[in-house]
Amino acid sequence: MTEQHTNIYNFGFIDEDSKREVRRQLLKAVALPGHQVPFASRDLPIGRGWGTGGLQITMAIIAASDTLKVIDQGDDESVNAVNLRRLLTRTTGVSTTVDTQAATIIQTRHRIPEEQMREDQILVLQVPMVDPLRWVEPNLERATVMHGEADYGRMWVYMYESVIKAGDIRIATQYPVIVAGRYMMDTTPIPRWDVLRLHNADHLSLFGAGREKRVYAVPPYTTVEPLEFEDFRFKTEYAEGQRCHRCGATNTFLTGHFVKSPGTDEPGHWVTSCSDASYCDKQMVAQGWTEAQE
Amino acid sequence: MVTSMTTPIVEVRDLNKSFVLHLIDGRTISPVQSMSFTVFPGQHFLIWGRSGVGKTSVLKCIYRTYISTSGSILYHSAHHGVIDMTTIPERVVLQLREQEIGYCSQFLKVLPRVSALDIMTEPLRRMGMDKEQAREQGSAWLTRLRIAPHLWQASPVTFSGGEQQRINLGRAFIGKPRLLLLDEPTASLDSGSKQIVLDLIHDAKAHGTTVVTVSHDIDTLSTLADQQLAL
Amino acid sequence: MTDVASWVLNVTGLTKRYGLGCPRCAESTGPDHGSSQCPFCQTVHACVNAGFTLYQGEVLGIVGESGSGKSTLMQLINLTINPTAGEIWYREPTQDSTAMNLVTMDGFTRRHFRNDRLGIVHQRPELGLNMRFSVGGNVAEKLLLANWRHIGRIRERITELMIQTELPPERIDDDPNTFSGGMLQRVQIAKALSSNPGLLLLDEVTSGLDLSVQARVLDLIRRIQWEQKMTMLLVSHDLGVIKQLARRTIVMKNGFIVESGLTDQILEDPQHPYTQLLVSSAL
Repeated sequence: MTEQHTNIYNFGFIDEDSKREVRRQLLKAVALPGHQVPFASRDLPIGRGWGTGGLQITMAIIAASDTLKVIDQGDDESVNAVNLRRLLTRTTGVSTTVDTQAATIIQTRHRIPEEQMREDQILVLQVPMVDPLRWVEPNLERATVMHGEADYGRMWVYMYESVIKAGDIRIATQYPVIVAGRYMMDTTPIPRWDVLRLHNADHLSLFGAGREKRVYAVPPYTTVEPLEFEDFRFKTEYAEGQRCHRCGATNTFLTGHFVKSPGTDEPGHWVTSCSDASYCDKQMVAQGWTEAQE
Repeated sequence: MVTSMTTPIVEVRDLNKSFVLHLIDGRTISPVQSMSFTVFPGQHFLIWGRSGVGKTSVLKCIYRTYISTSGSILYHSAHHGVIDMTTIPERVVLQLREQEIGYCSQFLKVLPRVSALDIMTEPLRRMGMDKEQAREQGSAWLTRLRIAPHLWQASPVTFSGGEQQRINLGRAFIGKPRLLLLDEPTASLDSGSKQIVLDLIHDAKAHGTTVVTVSHDIDTLSTLADQQLAL
Repeated sequence: MTDVASWVLNVTGLTKRYGLGCPRCAESTGPDHGSSQCPFCQTVHACVNAGFTLYQGEVLGIVGESGSGKSTLMQLINLTINPTAGEIWYREPTQDSTAMNLVTMDGFTRRHFRNDRLGIVHQRPELGLNMRFSVGGNVAEKLLLANWRHIGRIRERITELMIQTELPPERIDDDPNTFSGGMLQRVQIAKALSSNPGLLLLDEVTSGLDLSVQARVLDLIRRIQWEQKMTMLLVSHDLGVIKQLARRTIVMKNGFIVESGLTDQILEDPQHPYTQLLVSSAL
């Protein structure tokens, strides 16, 4: 790393007491999978809503020996990911990586890396909205009671209504799931593609919402079941014949780009490529590609 | 008849009923004072007297529409043994009303949307009879009560006073209760209809129903009375 | 002597108080003082020491003026508010069932008990229904909470319930805002019946409907009671409604049960001054 760890700030920016408080709430969250645990969200040199929840979790659990990977929408090089990574490395001095396999902590927004994660890895997700019941019960106090009593009837009516009105379940993202057969949880803006990858995963997933001041968790080997009906199943995003135009992968979550060469008259066209950029690169290297070629 | 004469079915002992009218300065009126009488099974027991002497009140005390002020009303029940109608739990009263004791008020009180046939069959259905069988019996009774068939689907509220009273009586008799309490059964009836009432009481007695009637119409009913009590 | 095995609900000493209470509460509240609020400590004694037993297949009427505590009693039994004291015992009307105290149940068990064993119909439909969802969705709520997970079968059941409550089944996906008041009460009844509850709570169901609609809703309730031998608790300020449906009645005033008895006895031989006033006002 080119930037040195400075001693102006405490290791991991926030003070030890605050880190301990976050860890305490995380323990509670792990003990009650899917249950939202309030925590005292600290002020950070980043605006609330820009990943401060995930950032505080990472700050609270990171150690000097960790290897960090930060992604945003699957990409290691997006502005937000770069900024968060820089803040973390400047205040901790830990080494970073883009390789999913090499990382011990992966902080992410909107994606779970394509590569299968291991038991010794932790996934930290930045969460904008925490409560799936927000759609049907705007009153937080009442929604808390509903969670406590597992009163999810109204949420199921919402699912029923979506089938009746649209002919199928029409929830694109933030798909609600039942964790460990008990709490209903929002899966954050990860695509439906990633929802099933939380189910009985080998790794620990920690969710943090800085603005909403809540953390929650899915421990390893915990059931995560999307809300679905026997005759209207949960479906992931998938189009017949889908393919990444770079690495050729057919089994990844793809995003679309509009490609047009500047200064020419050609009309341009849409291409799809892997949303997980580092995975895509890794696949291409395996196929004999070098960075200079692009 | 000797054995049944020795075991009464209803024993009224020193019965008093008074009403405390809280809305009129707590004034008390006492229509029933120290009344005692005994009714034996299978009898037609006639209580007669002028209006206002507490005839109906006695009947309502037996049926527990009125709460007796003091005294006792011993009823020899088929299912519950000897019980005091003045003190037994409401739940038992409701059971008795369904299974053993019938009451026929002076006027028909029904919902204006229920057909005559349904009103007739209701007591049978309450006893658990299936719909078809109940309808069959109900039709037979309506014929017997001389209600024209084109009226059966109409509500009795639209009927004449005599027709209403006949329906009212038929409803009390159809379930063949063990004890039947009749309040002025012949009031508002012409002589032909009065004969129907007498036939009904006669038939009821024939299959073992005990009938207690209160009436001022002693001329019609005394011929059928086994025992009379003048108030 | 009595058939003790068939009770469904047994309420004892049920009390709901808003406020801490003071030593002078007892001597200054209740029907004799015409108020349920203590003039010294402002504590409201909404329901005091209520007790009754409800038997299988029976309709029990609760009558009283506004503020008499009848709705509080209903809410206590519907487990939407917690009592200050007292017990509510419920048992299934089957031979070998054991009674359970609803007051000491934890929230989770209580929620699922209420969904499965209780049905409630409110005076105002918007309390019992979610007006943003379709009619079918509203009726389906209890089924969905009871883990029905097949849309086809759920819709079959909704259709069945709509026919049973005399609603046009082709309007299953309509917006409830397009339904009339009487129809909305039917939707509430259909929802309440969807789980085959052991006890149906009816809170002023016909108040605010015009007379002909009121009559049809009452006929429907009578038919349900008759056909399904449904046990019901019926709260109303209207003696006419009570007379049509309930065979036993409780009279409440200022939080107290002032009289209870057979409905015909309450109407023809009322004992308490308040009941006499109520009866004389109605007839």
